[in-house]
Order: sequence, then structure tokens, then C-alpha cells
Amino acid sequence: MVMTISPKRKLVNSLMLSLSAVCTVLVIGVLFFILGYLLYHGARSLNFQFFTSLPKPSGETGGGMANAIVGSFKVLLVATLIGVPLGFLAGVYLAEYSGKTFAFVLRYVIDLLNGVPSIVIGIVAYALVVRPMKHFSALAGGVALGIMMIPIAVRTTEEFLRAVPNALREGSLALGATKAKTIFSVVVPAAISGLISGLMLNLARVAGETAPLLFTALGNMFWSRGWTEPIATLPVMIYNYAIAPDEDLHQQAWAAGFVLLALVLAVNVTAKMIIMRGPAASRR
Amino acid sequence: MATSTIPARSPQFPLAGFARRIKAWDEMAYFVTLASAVSILTIVGLIVFELWISSQPTVKTFGWSFLTSSRWDPNSGKFGALPFIYGTCVTAFLALLIAVPFGVMASIFLAELAPPRLSNVLTFLIELLAAVPSVIYGLIGIFVLLPLIRSYLAPVLTGVFGFLPLFQGDFYGVSFLSAGLVLSIMVVPFIISVSREVLLAVPVDQREAALALGTTKWETTWQIVLPNAKVGIIGSIFLALARALGETMAVTMVIGNTPKISASLLAPGYSIAAVIANEFAEASGDLYVSSLIFLGLVLFGLTIVINALARILILTTTRRSA
Amino acid sequence: MATPRQQLVNEADPPSTTPYEPPARDTSRCKLGVKDLSFYYGSFQALHNIGIDITRNKITAFIGPSGCGKSTFLRTMNRMNETVRNTRVEGEILLDGENILKMDVTDVRRRVGMVFQKSNPFPKTIFDNVAYGLRVNGVRNQSVVEEAVEKSLERAALWAEVKDKLNKPASALSGGQQQRLCIARALAVEPEVLLLDEPCSALDPIATRKIEDLLFEIKSLTTIVIVTHNMQQAARLADYTGFFLMGKLIEFDDTRKIFQNPSVKETEDYVTGRFG
Repeated sequence: MVMTISPKRKLVNSLMLSLSAVCTVLVIGVLFFILGYLLYHGARSLNFQFFTSLPKPSGETGGGMANAIVGSFKVLLVATLIGVPLGFLAGVYLAEYSGKTFAFVLRYVIDLLNGVPSIVIGIVAYALVVRPMKHFSALAGGVALGIMMIPIAVRTTEEFLRAVPNALREGSLALGATKAKTIFSVVVPAAISGLISGLMLNLARVAGETAPLLFTALGNMFWSRGWTEPIATLPVMIYNYAIAPDEDLHQQAWAAGFVLLALVLAVNVTAKMIIMRGPAASRR
Repeated sequence: MATSTIPARSPQFPLAGFARRIKAWDEMAYFVTLASAVSILTIVGLIVFELWISSQPTVKTFGWSFLTSSRWDPNSGKFGALPFIYGTCVTAFLALLIAVPFGVMASIFLAELAPPRLSNVLTFLIELLAAVPSVIYGLIGIFVLLPLIRSYLAPVLTGVFGFLPLFQGDFYGVSFLSAGLVLSIMVVPFIISVSREVLLAVPVDQREAALALGTTKWETTWQIVLPNAKVGIIGSIFLALARALGETMAVTMVIGNTPKISASLLAPGYSIAAVIANEFAEASGDLYVSSLIFLGLVLFGLTIVINALARILILTTTRRSA
Repeated sequence: MATPRQQLVNEADPPSTTPYEPPARDTSRCKLGVKDLSFYYGSFQALHNIGIDITRNKITAFIGPSGCGKSTFLRTMNRMNETVRNTRVEGEILLDGENILKMDVTDVRRRVGMVFQKSNPFPKTIFDNVAYGLRVNGVRNQSVVEEAVEKSLERAALWAEVKDKLNKPASALSGGQQQRLCIARALAVEPEVLLLDEPCSALDPIATRKIEDLLFEIKSLTTIVIVTHNMQQAARLADYTGFFLMGKLIEFDDTRKIFQNPSVKETEDYVTGRFG
């Protein structure tokens, strides 16, 4: 039998391998294109007014998104207060206390929760908060985003607590500390960098969520007082302005998009850097 | 009780009361964490319950024909889910059709060809794509993608493939095609990230065995490495599908928000998530609201099933090579 | 019934008493000629100016302590070292006079086959494992493939054991059987040289024995180069043996000469067990 490497095989080899490189370049290209475009259009429309003034009524040019920026912070604050403690403590339970079957069930359910589309979470928050209160509010928005924060909070807490070597726990217990003291005074501090970066990633993810806020926090052209009024948030403003038939509003949408993306990516990159340099890095 | 011969406690150590208090804190910590875990289970239960209860008016009025009816007319109280189910499925399918080849090829480059440092940097960047908020994709979709499709892609498609019902009809920019394209960009990072990991998990000795027989690098990758990683890659596709099905903002900004079933990809349409996003806040009347909620329940069910399948598939691959 | 190899050993000549002379370079019998080969991992030089002639249809063994470079050298001969990043080769490796470093690498690997230390069958059926190399190299005719698979499995002393279960997965075989399967797979593409990198180190003595017997039988079909850390194996199998130490070829000669009357002190120290 004559078996040699045919030119056709060599051609196919070079072709397909080059194609794979091209696909990668395309995907990276899209990323840079999005970033670049947003940078260009967004930065151009950014001005001091954007950060300090309220939206102008339709028809008038100018105005800003000061209320939306503050609004986003307020809603995220509520979300953090709801989602993080619940998620963290449940994560502690999974990592330190739980038995096998309950852990399996809990993890499965939390995975389920993670897969729920954000719009559906919005519906639930509407049913649980908006309907009884009879109006839209920052609280409702915070509840929706808080529920979304739970699965990631649980998962990262469990993962980083498990990464703490057992030797630390045993050392603490051997000194007579109780289990709880060991967990909260030794294990959690040892995992703290991972927990914080996990929190940052979580925040960055929900900060960009729009859908669940559409009928919970709704929106507001003015400042919102307290927590029980409808409130403007950055992503919702972007959406509203983008679909409005007003060029000036489109410009502001770009500016807001730039700010939002810059924040989200900055937090993401920082958080990932912390994880990559952290003590859990060697375990991965 | 017999007299104890155990020596009295040394004064440095805590008195019985303090010890009891510490024990109480310890038990409380256990119960607090357990309570959190249980509350989360309750919340999920509440979600399912609330969705189910609030859908009841629609279920009672239309029954299962809700899922097969294509008439969506809030003004006359007629609600049917089919246009939205159709739109959700079509856009998701289109997104995968585009994203899977690109994603798998890119993951092959990153896992098999690129030097490790380059591969890590590029993967880091690609995973950043996954962090971009949906509404930003919508922005780019409306102002960048739609004009591009209108000017370049649509004419080509109608010109070359216009004989197919897929590409007929007037094109206004907003369409199934546009939504599918935006979705494909959004899900490609998931496919790349997971596929790359499962490809890297294939043992080196398999590649060496093939190369030593005189196989080209591509043949080794396509015939030996990829089949080894097949299950995990399919898992990544399911994950991407779940994301595409639930995606709201980017879709609603470019799909056209028209509750009609059309054969043409160039026609405007609607998806489940998009209709809820658009109409929920202003929906009046029990039937309207409960129909939208029932749609949410349908979407919920769909994504649960697909996510579960994805986890099983990915877990099997990584466990096998562990 | 003594195997052919046993018979040959039994009829062997008594040890030579004439003074040592290195074997003459008979290029007509040289299958693989290595000239001045150096190999670098990054800036670290792993192989120093190796020069060696591998005689066709004979078994050549490389021995030496761990880390001496014998496996590295073996892998240069089918350019497998190129799968590792940041490596560099200097010198020439001539296959029938043609420098393999200038040839198409896929072609080189088809002509110079390799069996690895740990058996690595594909997750396919036994038949498909052996047929893989044939199919990839363009052999499509099913009956030709079947014939070749049977022939290879026979040569690898595996046919009798698997002929009724060709469609079973290769993973169902024992360790020794899997290694023979890998040998059959390598033989199927009719390599001109077969490189074996410590093929028996993960196997029990009985499986080792089977493989040594089959190597002896197939050396007339191909040229065999085997790396082994087991000196007795080299003494049993090889016609020629090369002793490596710290990336250098210390001595290369008839096996009997190496083990009974080595010229270089380091060789003598190694084969008599003084170190390594």
C-alpha cells in the first residue's frame, strides 16, 4: 500500500486551522468593536451635565441622568442587603454544616434559581411586592435584583470557603474554639479576598440588569424620595432613551451605556484579578 | 450523683455560664445558616407557586389551547402564546446556528493552537463579552447592527436566496434575523469558554497517539480530540440555548415586537421575554396580566429543562476526564 | 518449543576475545543516520552532539539512568518533540539519506512510528483503533483495511485473543493487551522504523515477555529502536545498544560488547550496577 501525506490533506489542515484562528479573531474583534464604538459615541456625549442634572421633559434638549445614577445605587443597595446575607449564610451552611443529601437538593434548587430568566424574576417581584404595595418602588426593584444575587452569592461563598485548607479549621478547633467561632473568625477571613471578588462579580452582573426593573422599580424623571417610590435606574433609562424617537436622547443613551459598561467591566476585571492572585488560585 | 474525683476547674478557664453562652452562639450560628438555606428553598418554591397561581385565570379561560393559539389581541381579550413561542424558538435557533460553528472553531484555536499565554489572555477577553449587559447589546443592535443588516446583509440575502420563503417580504430592520444575530454574539462566549475547557481536559496522550501515526493536526483535533469532548461541547450549546431563550432586552430592542408568525426571517416578530418586558407594566385586566404571567411560566419551565440537561452533560465530561 | 529468539540465543557465539573495534559505518545498512544532533528545551541543552547509525532490520536499544536524554532523543526521531513549545533541534537526522527535519512532519511520522510508555488506545473499537492510521492515510477499500488489520494484529501477537471481539471497545482489554493493540495500530501504517519508549515499564513480566517475543519477530519487517531502563531487556532483545548519560551518547556498539566488554568506564560502571 502506498501511503503518503496527500497535498489535499495538507491543504485541509492549513485551511481549517487558519479558519479557527479567523473565528477567534472575529469574536475578539466584535468585543473590541463594541467597546470601541461605545467609547467613541459615549465619551463624546458625556458631559458634566450628564452626571448632575435631571432628565429634561421631552422636546427639550440637554439634561442628564443624575437621578438614574443615584437610583441604580439605591436599588443595588437594597439588592445587596437582601441577596448577600442570605446567599452568604446559605453558602456557609453548605460548606461547613450540611449533610450530603440536603446539600445536593439545595445546590440543585439554587442552580434552578440561577437559570430563571430575569424577566420572570421581575414578574415574581411584581407579584410579591408591587401588587400588595399597590405601586412601583425601589424596594421592589431591590427585591428582584436581590433574588438574582442569591445563587451566585451561595456558589462563590461555598467555593471559596471550601478552598480554605482544613488545617486551619483543625488548628482553631484544637485550641478550644467552637465551630461557629472557627468559621467566622478563621475560615471566612482566610477566604475574604475570594468572597469580596465574588461579591463584586455578582454586583456587576445585576447592575446591568434591565428586565426585572421594568415593572418593579419602573422609572422616574425626577428624584425619588425614600424607598417606596418608583425610581430611575441607569439600564432602564438607556432602554427608554434608545427606543425614543429623539436623537438627543439617543446621545444620552450612548453616554449612559458607556458609563454602565465602564463600571461593569472595571468591576469585573478587578474582581477577576483578585481571584487570580488569591490563595484559592492554586486550588483551581 | 457520686462525688466527682475530677479536680475543680482551673480559674483561667471559663465559668460554666460563659461556656453555655458560647454553646448557644454556636447553635444559633448553625440555625441561622440553616434558616438562610431554607429561606432560599422557600423563595424558589414561592416563585413557582406565585407564577402558577397568577396564571390560573388564563389557564381556566383558555386551557392548553393557549399554547397553540396564535391570536394575541388584548383589546378583544384574545390571548394566544404561539407567536411568542415561535419567535423565542426561531431566534434562539438562529443564534445557535451562527454561534456554534464560530464558537467551536474559536475554542479549537484557543485550546489546540494558541500558545498558553495567548490563549489565557484571549479567553479572559472573550469572557468579558459575557459580562456586557444585555441593554448595551440592544443599543449596539439598534444603532449599529440594524443599519448594517439593512444596508449589506438583507440585500444579499434577498438577492441570492430571495426565492426561499425564508428571505421574502419587506425588511424594516427589526426582524427575527436581527434578533438572532444579536443573540448569537451574546451566547458565543459561553460556547467558547466551556468548549475550550472540555477540549483542554482531553488527555495529551490521545493527541500524541494520533500524531505518531502520521495524522495532521487538524485531523487529530477533528477525529480524536473533538469526539472525546463532544458531550461537554453539547452541554455548552445547551447552556447557550438557555441563555438565548431567556434573553430579554437585546431581543426586544431589535425584534420588532409584532405578535405574528412569519416564515420569513426578515419579518418582525416577538418573543416571550420581549412581550412580557413591553406589555407587562401597562397590562390591565386580570386575563391580560395572567396571560403574560403564564407565558413567563412557560419560559421558566423551558429554561429549567434545558439548564438541567446542560449540567448533566457538562458534569459527565469533566468527571470522566478527572 | 523454543521461540525463534530463544533458539538464536542458544546458538550464540561465545564472547569475543579479539580487541574492540567500533563497527564500520556501512551506510548501505543504515536506516536512520543521526549526525551531530543537539536538542534544546528553551536555553537548556538536553542533547549534546549525538551521532549514531541505526542499522536496518535490527533492534537498537538505548539505555541509561533517568533523565539521561534517551527518551528525548527517541522523540526527536519522529519529531514528536515539536509538540512541546520552545524547543530547538540542531543537526541532521537522515532517513534513507533524507533529512527528516526538512520533510513534511506528518509524512515523517507515518514512516517512523511510535509506541508510548503508557498504552493510549483511542476510545474506539479494537478494529477501529488499528484501522485508524490506515483510514487517515487514505486507505478506503474496506477489504484492504480488514486484511491489514488482521495482519497487524497477528504480528502484534494479539489476533487470536481479539479476533472474535473486534467490535468491542479497546478499553475492555488488559494493560498488556492494550499495549499490543498500540503496537498493532502502529504497525498497520507499515512504518519503516518503529520507536518504542519503555513500552513494558507499566506491564507485568508475562505481558513484557509477550511483547519482547513479538518485537523479535517483527524486526525483519521494520527497524526497531527501543528505549528501556531495564538493562536485562536490552541484553535480551537488542542487536546494538547505546548508552546515554547526561544528554551525551557515551558508547554505542554490539549489545554483547556493551554488556560484556565495554570500552568506556562510565558504560562499565552502569552495566555492572555501580550507579544508575
